[in-house]
Amino acid sequence: MLGKLTWAAIPFDQPIPLITGAAVLVVLLAVLIWIVVAGHLPYLWREWITSVDHKRIGVMYTLLALVMLLRGFADAIMMRGQQAIAFHSQGYLPPEHYNQIFSAHGTIMIFFVAMPFVIGLMNLVVPLQLGVRDVAFPTLNSVGFWLTATGALLVNVSLVVGEFARTGWLPYPPLSELTYSPGVGVDYYLWSLQISGVGTLVAGINLVVTVLKLRTRGMSYLRMPMFCWTTLASNLLIVAAFPILTATLAMLILDRYFGFHFFTNEAGGNMMMFMNLIWAWGHPEVYILVLPAFGIFSEVVATFSGKPLFGYRSMVLATMAICVISFMVWLHHFFTMGAGADVNAIFGIASMIIAVPTGVKIYNWLFTMYGGRIRFATPMLWSIGFMVTFILGGLTGVLVAVPPADFLLHNSLFLVAHFHNVIIGGVLFGAFAGYTYWFPKAFGFRLHEGLGHAAFWFWLVGFYVAFMPMYWLGFLGMTRRMQHYDVAEWRPWLMVAAAGVVLIMIGILFQIAQLVVSIRNRAELRDVTGDPWDGRSLEWATASPPPVFNFAVLPDVKGPDTYWEWKRHARRGDAAGGEPAYRDIEMPRNSPTGFMCAFFATVMGFALIWHIWWMVLLGGIGAFATFVVFAWRDHDEYVVPATEVARIDRLYREGRAAAVNAMGSPS
Amino acid sequence: MTDVMADERLHLPGGHEGPASKRIVTGYGFWIFLLSDMVMFSCFFAAYAVLSGQTAGGPKGSEIFDLRNVAIETGCLLLSSFACGLAAIAAGVRNETWFQIAMAVTCILGLAFLAIEFNEFASLVARGAGPSRSAFLSAFFALVGCHGLHVSAGILWLLTMMAQVFAKGFRADILRRFLCFALFWHALDIIWVAVFSVVYLLGSTS
Repeated sequence: MLGKLTWAAIPFDQPIPLITGAAVLVVLLAVLIWIVVAGHLPYLWREWITSVDHKRIGVMYTLLALVMLLRGFADAIMMRGQQAIAFHSQGYLPPEHYNQIFSAHGTIMIFFVAMPFVIGLMNLVVPLQLGVRDVAFPTLNSVGFWLTATGALLVNVSLVVGEFARTGWLPYPPLSELTYSPGVGVDYYLWSLQISGVGTLVAGINLVVTVLKLRTRGMSYLRMPMFCWTTLASNLLIVAAFPILTATLAMLILDRYFGFHFFTNEAGGNMMMFMNLIWAWGHPEVYILVLPAFGIFSEVVATFSGKPLFGYRSMVLATMAICVISFMVWLHHFFTMGAGADVNAIFGIASMIIAVPTGVKIYNWLFTMYGGRIRFATPMLWSIGFMVTFILGGLTGVLVAVPPADFLLHNSLFLVAHFHNVIIGGVLFGAFAGYTYWFPKAFGFRLHEGLGHAAFWFWLVGFYVAFMPMYWLGFLGMTRRMQHYDVAEWRPWLMVAAAGVVLIMIGILFQIAQLVVSIRNRAELRDVTGDPWDGRSLEWATASPPPVFNFAVLPDVKGPDTYWEWKRHARRGDAAGGEPAYRDIEMPRNSPTGFMCAFFATVMGFALIWHIWWMVLLGGIGAFATFVVFAWRDHDEYVVPATEVARIDRLYREGRAAAVNAMGSPS
Repeated sequence: MTDVMADERLHLPGGHEGPASKRIVTGYGFWIFLLSDMVMFSCFFAAYAVLSGQTAGGPKGSEIFDLRNVAIETGCLLLSSFACGLAAIAAGVRNETWFQIAMAVTCILGLAFLAIEFNEFASLVARGAGPSRSAFLSAFFALVGCHGLHVSAGILWLLTMMAQVFAKGFRADILRRFLCFALFWHALDIIWVAVFSVVYLLGSTS
């Protein structure tokens, strides 16, 4: 009846996951009860859960990322704690548990923190920057988000029901095959990524079409803000790379569920094919994550330097060059596999070449700052912290791109330090910069500056204290993923790394405090102008938070840095005055399709993991029925009447004018 | 310097007219999806190419492929695409009767294709040449089966489209959906031509 699921799946004998799981469950239930009792459920359902508004979906993506960041970080603390203790001893985590923790840490941080964070920011900002009302497919956008949430949910369910994979964040066969991983851990991994992968693909298609087909009048390609370009490149990579992940995981699923021989050690299977396929997705994935971050830095650096982005066209070229070359370097993840000197040399050279456009970008940001009047607001601090940190990570990356060096450093903590250096220093710092930068746009008030600065400094210093020792540990020969060790030279460095994690934790606590304090003091931090940072692109040319239709009248773009130019003309006093002619606006109606679809996907995923076949069928039928019901509705749009548009827009214009007058000069 | 460049950009030709129409956006989006689907298929093709020689002592392609059967199968699929094209013409002139007839023919031919494929699979499994026999057969079943799954999903979609046109007529959103369906159905042909050549034609000579 319930497949492989029995009471034995609940880890009654393991206090850590059990207590954590119970605590999370209690908190979750308490929040749910509070929502229902306080009567917030209808509001949440109407305004968020069924919302197809790109801004709301962007916020929910970001929220998911922040919550999952806490989960992934808890794993990080446990790993650093274990390695600090486990010298000549077993530490406090048994091997099978430790292995699940490093696997979950990587999986969660990449798929359920970094991905939703950047996709959330792109969702929130790109339609605003393009001067349009929504993304190309609003309902699919909601489906994509909820499927991502399903994946995150399944990973977390594995904490209490069954186990998670012990195979690392990429389940290399033959370890991940049924023979060596007979439990449900790898299945949890596979199905949560398959489901959230569909969500990511949908988001990718959506944003590609949005950038290519839905720009406002006059917004030609070379007038788009840099963030739109990096969004385009990143989502083109999603469209081209995520199907590879889907196919590869599908092959592993076939191996595990139906006895196929894609990657097995017998009957002619080829496990090296797995490495090739997974990294043919995995390397572009690195750039899927970091390109949007590059876009964020481009926006932030230009805004806070008060200058147009230096070398805009070279930046576009560099972005698109990275987009293409990122598909030609995957083999550097396994030089040691033995593809031969010639192949290794080619991929080593390609890996060094891809550093060139990245270097171009760094110089462009530096020259943008050069001669500018720089304001050191929190987003700018993250950007400068990024530049320093990312250069270091990039250089160690070029080092491991040299095959002979890689043979020494492969699988060591040097590598772990390198990719944390680029992913924390690049992607996460970028995401934090974007979070602070666009928070006022999303919610109408700024985040507290002082706490933001404190969070930044603790993160930055914590990062260096935690990860620089790991470079050294790599040179000392320490390999990754060790549950215990008996080399005395390693110990002090691992203690330092553990101290670094504590510093990062303080940084995260400051971020939480920043959010709480800012919400409490939102009246003082209110942004009535819609343009709190003296911005340059169109997202600042509307209210904060923007009305559901974004712009009362779609802007007409005459050049780059549109909003900056408008403000310059306004200062000269030759702006086109008066009110625009308001018209009725058609907006897509809310739909529970995404939520229902994810509900059935969750049921189906869980049933597939536990081999409950009738439930699989039920989930499949439910998902199909959801789509048919969606396809059957007669009205998919509603109209915001011109009078309502005018009322909302006048309110914004009055608030803005008052604020500008109070400042004494036009913004 | 930067200002000069900015002004240059200002005068670039190719002024953009604003957001595209819904029909363009939908079709374009579906094309992008199809491309991603092709990338997925290409992984299965690549896996097949890598594993096609790994028979592990089991049967080779030339021992199990029946080209006559595959030719009939191919005929069914290509004709179903022709019927799908007729349905598109019928939808274009808003003739519901012919639309339903053409879609029904598309469906029947698609089902025939699936039946032949299912037969082939079943007889292979019965002969002990199932997907777990060797890596070659794993890759074969996965690649051809993946295409078969697409055709099955397409038939489910096709029936839903027929019901929708029957219930709601040729509404703009339904026509956009039909455009996507037609693209999907034709794309499956393209994939099949590749399957036919790479798997069956090349395989039967090996």
